[in-house]
Amino acid sequence: MNAPDTQTQNLASYNFAYLDEQTKRMIRRAILKGIAIPGYQVPFASREMPMPYGWGTGGVQVTAAIIGRDDVLKVIDQGADDTTNAVSIRAFFAKTAGVATTTSTPDASIIQTRHRIPETPLHAGQVLVYQVPIPEPLRFLEPRETETRKMHALEEYGLMHVKLYEDIARNGRIATTYAYPVKVEGRYVMDPSPTPKFDNPKMHQSEALQLFGAGREKRIYAIPPHTDVVSLDFEDHPFEIQHFDQPCALCGGEQVYLDEVVLDDHGGRMFVCSDTHHCESRRADGHRGALLGDEPGQDKEAMA
Amino acid sequence: MITLLVASEVKKTFIMHMRGGVELPVVANVSFSLKAGSCAVLGGPSGVGKSSILKMLYGNYGCDGGQILVEHHGRHVDIASASPRLVLEIRRDTIGYVSQFLRAVPRVSALDVAAEPLMIRGVEREAAHQQARDLFAELNLPEKLWSLPPATFSGGEQQRVNIARGFITDHPVLLLDEPTASLDAANREVVIGLIARKKAEGVALLGIFHDLDVRNAVADHVIDVSAFAAGKAAA
Amino acid sequence: MSHSSTLEALAAAGIPAPVKPLLTVEGLTRVYGKRIGCADVSFELWPGEVLAIVGESGSGKTTLLNCISSRLTPTCGTVHYRMRDGAISEIYKMTEAERRHLMRTDWGFVHQNPIDGLRMTVSAGANVGERLMAVGNRHYGNIRGAAIEWLARVEIDEDRVDDQPRTFSGGMRQRLQIARNLVTEPRLVFMDEPTGGLDVSVQARLLDLLRGLVSDLGLAVVVVTHDLAVARLLSDRMIVMKEGRVIEAGLTDRVLDDPRAPYTQLLVSSILQV
Repeated sequence: MNAPDTQTQNLASYNFAYLDEQTKRMIRRAILKGIAIPGYQVPFASREMPMPYGWGTGGVQVTAAIIGRDDVLKVIDQGADDTTNAVSIRAFFAKTAGVATTTSTPDASIIQTRHRIPETPLHAGQVLVYQVPIPEPLRFLEPRETETRKMHALEEYGLMHVKLYEDIARNGRIATTYAYPVKVEGRYVMDPSPTPKFDNPKMHQSEALQLFGAGREKRIYAIPPHTDVVSLDFEDHPFEIQHFDQPCALCGGEQVYLDEVVLDDHGGRMFVCSDTHHCESRRADGHRGALLGDEPGQDKEAMA
Repeated sequence: MITLLVASEVKKTFIMHMRGGVELPVVANVSFSLKAGSCAVLGGPSGVGKSSILKMLYGNYGCDGGQILVEHHGRHVDIASASPRLVLEIRRDTIGYVSQFLRAVPRVSALDVAAEPLMIRGVEREAAHQQARDLFAELNLPEKLWSLPPATFSGGEQQRVNIARGFITDHPVLLLDEPTASLDAANREVVIGLIARKKAEGVALLGIFHDLDVRNAVADHVIDVSAFAAGKAAA
Repeated sequence: MSHSSTLEALAAAGIPAPVKPLLTVEGLTRVYGKRIGCADVSFELWPGEVLAIVGESGSGKTTLLNCISSRLTPTCGTVHYRMRDGAISEIYKMTEAERRHLMRTDWGFVHQNPIDGLRMTVSAGANVGERLMAVGNRHYGNIRGAAIEWLARVEIDEDRVDDQPRTFSGGMRQRLQIARNLVTEPRLVFMDEPTGGLDVSVQARLLDLLRGLVSDLGLAVVVVTHDLAVARLLSDRMIVMKEGRVIEAGLTDRVLDDPRAPYTQLLVSSILQV
């Protein structure tokens, strides 16, 4: 494929991966500091990106700072490779860096994600880049940045449990289902970005490097490989992940995170894998869910 | 008889800064002693400084001179120069006081008001209440009032609560400021009986009584306060 | 006479009164540029003792309270505190972490406006439980149980435990703030006009509650108030301040009944008689 080369030439006025080298070095320094202090929010001079805040400006800057010509990039949005945000960011890097892209989790060297961790376990050498809207887990109860920074510095995390207490008081159980706070390497309490708490255990002792970028809030933080990540809880209300009553309607997968899809105006709905690559590869291996039918031919139609 | 309290050359002058710093001498050279098991009475016309002497003994007024030695926890301490903490300790354990008027605390029941001096000293609430109930019954305070805050009581009822509060403890020294002023004859008799009991227990009492009958019934000796009148001393 | 309680808990337990003060303030001064916040204030506070700091607005009493309670660094002077283990620590030589830990365990601070001392957007139960969680309690049932117990002690019904304080009346908020401070059983509580802004009957109820808690728990209290009636009801000793300086100090009832300083006489004579 010659397309990437042509496109880079077409964008000759842009540096590799859009950001200039000085900016990338600044971001890399922030990333290195973040890796050195797992879970600590490192301030960085976030740049204006050619996309609005909330569309992954933090994640894009982190990816731009670490991506090389040999990297293979996968971008997912809520687990899907084919949503607008994922497609746009993938196209952005194909255009500005000319890198190869993929939808395959194992084949990617960098996976930028919004709100999910892939079902396929990550392996050593991979980097997972999270797009983060609000990096401060204490913000919910303490609006002052000066105070939250002090609380992190002094390891005053009682407030985090106040939030969980409120959950139980109101709902009888910890009702926080996403952005569920974790303690990293026994020190910093961290917001894992709005991933479902279903994914929290995947962060613990991961083989991959996990980087978090918040563009609007100008913060970068990191979890190096093989780091302890523990979800906060109470002794009498231990942390639990979501459980689904039924397997994926398309691939029959269990122990995966499912999305609800409304089928019609009459209350029809199905639950399918939120991780589209995982679902597709299971179907390719011959797994079939309740709504997929039996014929291989129908399978292709459904896909189309 | 053992002497429990000695006042010597005690002096009191008010300086009224609100009126250009005018000096109002009250008493000077106040000297007397209180003995265990006896009741002394401060005598003299009103305005002569009887109440002021009582208040200085209780630490409520400061002294401008002299000494007030009291036997407290086995040693002699000077109330006139005692630190606030020591004065509070003396009030808790050594000198009791029945004031003329009750300073009612909102929402606190008559029983709690009367039992408080015991509870401060660590007596269990129920035991303290029982003693308060006994005293109320003896003082003919209607039972329906016991659990109410005394703020709305009549003068005589408030005074009986006050008397119960003062007599409930076993303070070795007891100061009485007109304890019978608003009482009827029957209740005056009760108070006379209570005072006699304190004397029998070896308490040293000092009181102000305008009621001659009561005074004659309880006084072992009279201290004439007009002898200490500051104007006289100055002149 | 109503001299409030002192040293009662210890006396009750048959333990001799401790011979050392809990808090020792020496030469405490805070200046704001050329203006004096408070100047050369010294006093000692003993366990179980209630000290009132009185004076009119701008007399420096709140500056003094903030300097003692480690909320405002003094320009000079020292504050020593006897920790639970008996060691004497100088407040402003402690690390910030130690100081903040002290403030949410062995100390309490009751603000005049409950909004400043409560989290208005979390439930009453969480407000009371926060200090317990801050010191590492991780059992929801126990935390909630303690919260309900403390709500009862400040006369708030158990069925309000999950309500946010924004739905509470002023008096209830203030009682909640007190419960929130007392749940870790501090030995020293600072109060800044705790009854300010409440109407008279609510004030009376709160004062009565405070008197009870102070004597039941053997609390040492430093209470700032401009209300001499509050000082008389709550405190054993008082300090009268004017223009940042201590004008008069002593036994509360003596300062009020036999005031010496011209300013104190003015203050006492200004009390409205009901």
